Amino acid sequence: MAVDRTAPSPGKPAALEPGFALGDSAIQGEAGVGPYKLALRRLRRNKTALAFGAMFVVIVIMCLCAPLWANHVAHTTPSANHITDEITVRGKTKDVVSPEGIPTGPTWTGKFFLGADANGRDVAVRLLYGGRNSLEIGFIATFISCFFATVIALVAGYYRGVVDGVLSRTMDLIWAYPVILLGIALGTALAVGGLDFGLFTISGASLWIPAIIIGVVYVPYMAKPLRGQVLSLREKEFVEASRSQGAGNLRIMFREILPNIASSIIVFIPLMVANAILLEAALSFLGAGVQAPNPSWGTMIGDGIRLIPSAMHLTLIPGGMLVLAVLGINVFGDGVRDALDPRAEVRIEH
Amino acid sequence: MARFLVRRLLAMILVLFAISILTFLIFETIPNGDPTVRLGGRNSTPETREAIRKDWGFDKPIYEQYGITMKKIFTGTVVSYTQQINVVDEIKRDLPATLSLAIGAGIIWLGFGILFGVISAMKAGKFTDTSLTVLSLIGVSTPVFLLGALALWAFAYKLTIFPAGGYVPLTQDPWGWLTHLIMPWTVLSVLFIGFYSRVLRSNILDTINEDYVRTARAKGLSERRILIHHVLRNSLIPVVSLFGLDFAAVIGGGAILTETVFNLQGVGQYAADSIQQLDVPPVLVITMFGAFFVVVLSAVVDIIYAVLDPRIRLSG
Repeated sequence: MAVDRTAPSPGKPAALEPGFALGDSAIQGEAGVGPYKLALRRLRRNKTALAFGAMFVVIVIMCLCAPLWANHVAHTTPSANHITDEITVRGKTKDVVSPEGIPTGPTWTGKFFLGADANGRDVAVRLLYGGRNSLEIGFIATFISCFFATVIALVAGYYRGVVDGVLSRTMDLIWAYPVILLGIALGTALAVGGLDFGLFTISGASLWIPAIIIGVVYVPYMAKPLRGQVLSLREKEFVEASRSQGAGNLRIMFREILPNIASSIIVFIPLMVANAILLEAALSFLGAGVQAPNPSWGTMIGDGIRLIPSAMHLTLIPGGMLVLAVLGINVFGDGVRDALDPRAEVRIEH
Repeated sequence: MARFLVRRLLAMILVLFAISILTFLIFETIPNGDPTVRLGGRNSTPETREAIRKDWGFDKPIYEQYGITMKKIFTGTVVSYTQQINVVDEIKRDLPATLSLAIGAGIIWLGFGILFGVISAMKAGKFTDTSLTVLSLIGVSTPVFLLGALALWAFAYKLTIFPAGGYVPLTQDPWGWLTHLIMPWTVLSVLFIGFYSRVLRSNILDTINEDYVRTARAKGLSERRILIHHVLRNSLIPVVSLFGLDFAAVIGGGAILTETVFNLQGVGQYAADSIQQLDVPPVLVITMFGAFFVVVLSAVVDIIYAVLDPRIRLSG
C-alpha cells in the first residue's frame, strides 16, 4: 500500500508546522479525514502523474488561446486560404504552396509558424483551433457518457428485474457492435442529415454530432461495471437503514448509492476523455467526425497523410499534439486511479 | 456443455437480429439516404428512380424491406446499391487480407503483450518496469493511423525497405505477402501490446502474493516453474478473454484504420468505403459478420476459461 514518505523527522517540532502534522496523521488513516482528501494527498505525491496532468492543462490553455494567436501573431483565420501568397522568411521570399503543390514547412516566425497545408492555410492556427474542437468534443462526449452511464447504472442496478433486463440488453447490443463501425455509421448518417429533436435541430456540420455519437458509443463501457457495483450496494445495511427511515427510491439512489460509486466515476473520467479524443480523431480521419472546413487534429492528420512523402510536418504536428494531449491525460488518469481506487478494473475498447 | 452451447446459440441469434435491425434503422432514417439515387446514379430521371423503387421494394413498409434484405442476405444473393456486386462474394474476396492481418498481428500482440507483462511484473518498481510502463502508455495513447503514417514515411518512403501499402495474396507471392504485412502487423499490435502488458502485469502482481504461490515456493519449486505453472496459469485468464474479443473484432472489420492507412483492401476498408457511400447492404452484412465472430469467440473464450480454471463451470 501507500508508503508514507512524509513521516515527521524526529528532531522537528510539530508545533512549527501544524499543517504538516495534520497531514501525517491523516495519511495514516486516522479519523476526521475523508477518502477524497486522502486520495488527493496520495495524488499530490505522484509527481509523474501531476507533471503529465500539467502538460495536458498547458495544451488545453494553448488551444483556448487560439484566437489570440490567430489575430495577433499569425493574422489569419483557420480556414483562410493563402494558396497564392508569398512569404518572406529571413530575407528570402517563397511561395506558401509551391507550383508543384508542396506546402512550405515551419518558418518559426509569426506567420506560418508551423508551415502551411496544401490549401495554404496556417498549420499553427489550425492546430490550435483544431485542438479546441478535439478537446471540446472530448469533454462533451465524456460528460454525456458519464451522465447516461451513471443514470442507467443506478436505475438498472437498483430496480433490477425487467428494467435492468431491458437496459442491460440495450447496453449489450451497443457493446457487441464494433465501436468504430458504429461510430462511422452514425457519424456518416448524421453528417448527411443532422439531428432533429423536434424542439431544436443540430445541423450535420455541428461539433455536437461527433460529441453525441462518441458519448453514446462509450456509455456501455462505463455503465456495465457501475451497474455491478450498484447491484451489490443496494443490499448493504446503510440502504436498508435509509429505507427504514422512510427514504424514497430516488433519495436512496442519488443520496445513498451515488456517493458510493462516485470514486469509480471519477476514475473513469480521465480515461473517457482520452478515449473520446482518440475516437474523435479516428472518426474525423475517416471523414465521419468533424466536417471540413472545420479543423480537428484527426482531420488534419487525415489531410496530411496524402502528402506524407513531401510534407511530413502536416501529419507529424497534429499527430504529436494529439499524442501529447492523450498521453498527458492517460498518465494523470493512471495516477488518479492509483490514488482513489487501485483495484478498479477500467478498460475501454477501441 | 450442450446446455451451454444451446444457450449461446440462442443469444447469438438474438444479438445478430438486434444488430441487423439497428444497422438497418441507422441508414433508413437518413434523409438523403435514398437508395434509388445510389442504384440509378446521381443523374437518373425521377421515372427511373420510381421504377427502381418499385423493383427493389423501397415503396413497401420498412419492416417488409427489412425482411426482403435479410432474406437476400441468408440466400447469399444480396448486392450492394452502388456497384451492384454480390456482397458475400466481395467479402470472401477481402477476407484473406483481413485474416492475414488479424492472425499475424494477433500472434505478435499476444506474444509481446505476455512477454512485456511478465518482465514488467518480475521487475516491478525497477527501471525496466517503469520504462515498459511508459512505452505501453505511449502505445495506448497513439492512434493507429498516426503510427501507420509514421511507419509508411520512415520505412516505405525514406528507407524504402517495405512497400507503401497494398496486399499480395500468400498463394501468389509468399515473400511479397510477408513484406506487405510486416508494417500493418506491427502497427496494429502496438496498441494491444500496451493494453495486454498492463493488464497482465497487475494480474501477476495480484496472484504472486497468493498463498498457493508461497506453498509452491516452500515446496522448493524453481522460480521458473512457479511462474509458468502456478502464476501465469491464473493471471492469463483475463488476457485470454481480452484476446478472444479483440481478435474477433479485428476479423469482423474492426481494423478499419489499419486497413485504410495501408490500403489492404480488407473487410474493414470495404465497410468504411460502403458507409461513406451510404451503401446499406455491405454494412449490414459486415456488422453481422463481425458480431457473429464476437459471439462465437466469446463462447470459445468461456470454454478455454473452464479448461484453464477448473473452478469455473460453464453456464449460459
